[in-house]
Amino acid sequence: MLEKGTKAPDFKLFAAPDKSVSLTDFKGKNLILAFYPADWSPVCSDQMALYNEMLKYFAKYDAEILGVSVDGKWCHKAFSESRNLHFSLVADFEPKGEVSKKYGVYNEEEGRSDRALFVIDKEGTIAWSYLSPAAVNPGADGILDALESLTRNNA
Amino acid sequence: MSSQLKPAVNERDHLQGAASAPIEIVEYGDFQCPHCGAAYPVIKKMQEVFGDQIKFIFRNFPLSESHQYAKIAALAAEAAGLQGKYWEMHDAIYENQGQLNDGLLYELAQNLGLDEQQFEQDLQSTALNEKVEADFESGMRSGVSGTPSFFVNGQKFDGGAEDLYDMLKDSAE
Repeated sequence: MLEKGTKAPDFKLFAAPDKSVSLTDFKGKNLILAFYPADWSPVCSDQMALYNEMLKYFAKYDAEILGVSVDGKWCHKAFSESRNLHFSLVADFEPKGEVSKKYGVYNEEEGRSDRALFVIDKEGTIAWSYLSPAAVNPGADGILDALESLTRNNA
Repeated sequence: MSSQLKPAVNERDHLQGAASAPIEIVEYGDFQCPHCGAAYPVIKKMQEVFGDQIKFIFRNFPLSESHQYAKIAALAAEAAGLQGKYWEMHDAIYENQGQLNDGLLYELAQNLGLDEQQFEQDLQSTALNEKVEADFESGMRSGVSGTPSFFVNGQKFDGGAEDLYDMLKDSAE
């Protein structure tokens, strides 16, 4: 997995059926990339739902978040609508898992992304990364600590 | 990830039991979350069995996007707290979780004999809203990843209420 200090690899992925986003769109902002195994996790307080509650706290640190999985854009749309998500899920769908592989968080055996977090600073450098066991929701404390130290360094 | 309760239990928290009790249990909970509803009687049982050995603290972690009444219920408990009835409201909400909506909260306030005008006013108060948000933020900081989440003596407990009960029972033996 890519570590702190590495230049974050660029990507261009669908964030909606008719809209794609790339890393450069977030230049000048902090960006959280949350790679996760699959849409439709059955637990009610799943990781994406948790981050959905935290957007305004992320915004305090001038940060946006993208969820990344290998699910297709229409799948993301349905999942996002069902969970009432207010941030984008992007589809690492074609070629499958390409971006996850670039970030070193692709599970070949299962054909899906690992559960992994990256905080990328305003210049596009990875400021923090974390690989979580697939079954464990990593929460947001690591993300907040990373964002806080970025903000402090810039102050 | 970090597993430390941040900040530690302090005077802004609602605490049940003796402050000097050796075992401190903090729950981050959501009044509308069914798992928290299931944990509620287990906590009660724990308090009964372990008596003055434990103190229990509840912090708000409302998942407002999934549970439309979670936030207002948290505010209602805090508002009742301003009138000295925090735990009465906390318990009443969990005991009636299946019927939770705005109307229920006013009904419970009435049943508890709260000054209803004051209650209604406090539900809108910025200070209470900030209290609930500060609880939520402390949960984010402490590594809460879902509800309910428990901390025992400041350390995140990896399991649910039943696991916690079993752990306490085992360590008491």
